[in-house]
Amino acid sequence: MTWMPPADKAPVLSAVALGGQRGERPLFRRLAFSLMPGQVLWLRGRNGRGKTSLLRLLAGLSTPAAGEVQLDGHPLRALPLSWRERLLYIAHANALKDDLSVTEALQFLGRIHAGDGEAAATPLQITTALERLGIGTMRSAPVRTLSQGQRRRAALARLALPQRPSVWLLDEPFDALDTDGIAVLNGLLREHARAGGSVLLTSHQALSLTDPLPQPLDLDAFGVAG
Amino acid sequence: MSAGRLFGAVLGRDLRLAARRRTEAMLPLVFFAVAISLFPLGVGPEPQTLRVIAPGVVWVCALLATMLSVHQLYAGDLADGSLEQLLLAPHQAVWVALAKALAHWLVNGLPLLLAAPLAGVLFDMSGPALLALVTGLALGTPVLSLLGGLGAALTLGLRSSGMLLILIVLPLATPVLIFGAGAVSTVEAGQSAGGHYSLLGALLIATVMGAPWATAAALRISTE
Repeated sequence: MTWMPPADKAPVLSAVALGGQRGERPLFRRLAFSLMPGQVLWLRGRNGRGKTSLLRLLAGLSTPAAGEVQLDGHPLRALPLSWRERLLYIAHANALKDDLSVTEALQFLGRIHAGDGEAAATPLQITTALERLGIGTMRSAPVRTLSQGQRRRAALARLALPQRPSVWLLDEPFDALDTDGIAVLNGLLREHARAGGSVLLTSHQALSLTDPLPQPLDLDAFGVAG
Repeated sequence: MSAGRLFGAVLGRDLRLAARRRTEAMLPLVFFAVAISLFPLGVGPEPQTLRVIAPGVVWVCALLATMLSVHQLYAGDLADGSLEQLLLAPHQAVWVALAKALAHWLVNGLPLLLAAPLAGVLFDMSGPALLALVTGLALGTPVLSLLGGLGAALTLGLRSSGMLLILIVLPLATPVLIFGAGAVSTVEAGQSAGGHYSLLGALLIATVMGAPWATAAALRISTE
């Protein structure tokens, strides 16, 4: 008989013998890890190791060169498209349109990601989320007029909305944030983990999050020699 | 249906963005008007000659105006990360392709129909011929927007994508050009253009059914 983990502690997202490449160049191989509920994984690796490539693989934006990504033990490609409702991917680019107001831009993102029968974020909920991120006063300002740090905060406001998916994939979320912004984001990560959510994030600076303590996942260990 | 919500959100956003960048949205129409006005100046003011070349000139200019505007259809979304988010929506990307093509047609194709009477004045076209031109454009320009969207998705992120896009789409768009311009000539010859309209309609239906799927696949490949 094989040992089965308790049902509530089964991995949410896992990589099985995953291989990734950029163009013809292999980036990593036989990568295996599991992201558990309530866990924060800190993806590390030198520049060009393929951190963003791995996040895109996990989000289903690209297909792995080898192995597979599993959500709740099922390979992504075998799942109905609604699996994407459980995932929130914030890339390096903020995905906010310059000519829209901050609220309009976030409303649009909410609408396109809302699943069947799920209500998209209302302007009021968005305002509350923006206030939490400390840019409530910018809610009607065009995205164009925001500074780099304010844009990052606006993009991260998606994490503070009530309709939040259980798996967060965050590419350099601490980038361009000041100390105050970092504290707010740490608070959001803590809350999400306590509610049983999982996070996989990249960061080139040391993390100040202590509860839960981020587990390092070192891409260099799965690197291709040379 | 929340796939409809994705479609509506993308359509609404693109129309809103066009309304915020009105000058930019007007450029293809200005190009169209300027390009067709050049022909009477270049060819000479013979009404007979102008009447003969009118349908072809208007259609070629409409085709080029569409190609110039469709080039940017996905480039902006790719640059600011919106395209990745659209592809992560829990629905088929075909809805995104369809919504973006419709938005492009409403912003760039529909004004061409409204500007077509200008051609009537410039080329001394008769009333029925002008009507045939506008009917043909109404059926044909959505095909151009859909094919243009496919070309834009295929050439996304490539260098010199503008020229490549035109080279990919123009051969696909020739049937539209032939039947659209043909309809006007037929009417001018005193015959019914019903057959041409039917063929344009069939092309439109086939493109609506096929192009968005191909566009969605091309978007996935281009962003991989």
